[in-house]
Amino acid sequence: MKEEIIIAGFGGQGVLSMGKILAYAGLMDDLEVTWMPSYGPEQRGGTANVTVIISDKPISSPVLNRYDTAVILNQQSLDKFESKVKPGGTLIYDPYSIHHAPTRTDINIVPVDAMEATFELASAKSYNMVLLGALLKLKPLVSVDAVMRGLKKTLPERHHHLLPVNKDAILRGMQLVK
Amino acid sequence: MKGNEAIAHAAVRYGVDGYFGYPITPQSEILETLEEIMPWDTTGMVVLQAESEVAAINMVYGGAATGKACMTSSSSPGISLKQEGISYIAAGELPALIINCMRGGPGLGTIQPSQSDYFQATKGGGHGDYHLIVLAPASVQEMADFVGLGFDLAYKYRNPVMMLADGVVGQMMERVKLPAPRPRRTDEEIARECPWAVTGCPESRKPNIMTTLELVPQEMEKHNLHLQEKYSRIEEFEPRWEEHETEDAEYLMVAFGCVARICQKAMEDARAQGIKVGLLRPITLWPFPTEAVKRLSKRMKGILVVELNAGQMIEDVRLSLEEPRSVHHFGRMGGIVMDPDEVLVALKEKFEL
Repeated sequence: MKEEIIIAGFGGQGVLSMGKILAYAGLMDDLEVTWMPSYGPEQRGGTANVTVIISDKPISSPVLNRYDTAVILNQQSLDKFESKVKPGGTLIYDPYSIHHAPTRTDINIVPVDAMEATFELASAKSYNMVLLGALLKLKPLVSVDAVMRGLKKTLPERHHHLLPVNKDAILRGMQLVK
Repeated sequence: MKGNEAIAHAAVRYGVDGYFGYPITPQSEILETLEEIMPWDTTGMVVLQAESEVAAINMVYGGAATGKACMTSSSSPGISLKQEGISYIAAGELPALIINCMRGGPGLGTIQPSQSDYFQATKGGGHGDYHLIVLAPASVQEMADFVGLGFDLAYKYRNPVMMLADGVVGQMMERVKLPAPRPRRTDEEIARECPWAVTGCPESRKPNIMTTLELVPQEMEKHNLHLQEKYSRIEEFEPRWEEHETEDAEYLMVAFGCVARICQKAMEDARAQGIKVGLLRPITLWPFPTEAVKRLSKRMKGILVVELNAGQMIEDVRLSLEEPRSVHHFGRMGGIVMDPDEVLVALKEKFEL
């Protein structure tokens, strides 16, 4: 098993955190992982992306040009990464911030109304967890239990009361995918 | 954890006595993580953000002169600022660890990954006939492991060691097993293991003097000859490298650091297409694994050196050859990191495969 994933959007949408939580969940399930961010001023706006690889064997390159799965949160990222999904791969996107929907016919395109769903949830900050839930429904790479353990590890203890909010968001995301 | 964070944790666990740094992307997490761990409360390790890179390297110089395990870290432009101090530390034959998490240059350059400081690290950097032992980590695990290996080599040879990392291994996260914690060296251990250290002189011995000034040229040449003798011992015993699928290879890629990982993926893809290519990854850039390159090159049809620069390590690859071979270079510069597909295309183009 090896899954090569790109998650891309605006800085501040939780792109890097979503990748980090996914990577930690992989570790919890005893898998090999790499997490390679675009780094720099992205945290203050601009585009941010992260490459996450989850595999049951040692991983060679943390830098890739083609991906099994793309999770896309804005138009710039869609323009950049739609062509980089491998044929037969999966592209998940949130139509909320997309003006021109993806057009490829050789990949599995899954719109997920994550922003709309987040409005109904307790915290707007759990947007990225809704998308993570959708991703895990389509690609059960790691268990929800492993994600929760990963979250516990990455979240500072003072924020641990937010764990249930995040779990709700993940489960909501899973429901969004039929 | 991130490569930079792994260095910080490994330093505390090794029992480092002092870290002196100054923030610069993409390695600031080393200093930040140390300040988060607060090792001064546990091991007694000093962590200090100096007023400048120049101050930081001279704090390392001073600390190392007393036999303490001292380190600093920076990224390319900051490492340039440290070169005077590095030359002094090499001249004074002091053990120290210097980490360069390379970014694109020249000048202030960019904050994105690069390998364009290969010449600076392996051929001198500062003034004078000296060498650093240069280690090139390719994973977060090696970022952690090379802290201990670096200090062990530094003390063994009384020579500064540079860990030549880059923005990719500094910023990426992957699984890491941290080394077991060990206590810092005691004053007695330092007195025993470092009889040269300036630790306060009892009347029973002659004072140790740490200086790099020697105005008598005959004496200065003697010191240089001694250094060269030491360097040839390091060249004989310390080259380290790793080979992947070289047994049946017809073509060889040579790459270090993060680029070796990218080439490994390109190698997997090439082999899936029936191209017999292998990979040699120098782990020590100085001493360069000359013998390994020489031995492997004899049965190769061609060699591709892949680097994040305009062609620096390729000179050492060429110098290692006994017979003429077709040696090509593929590189990206200025903070652009090539992807495995680009390497495969370059391999096919250069050797008309």
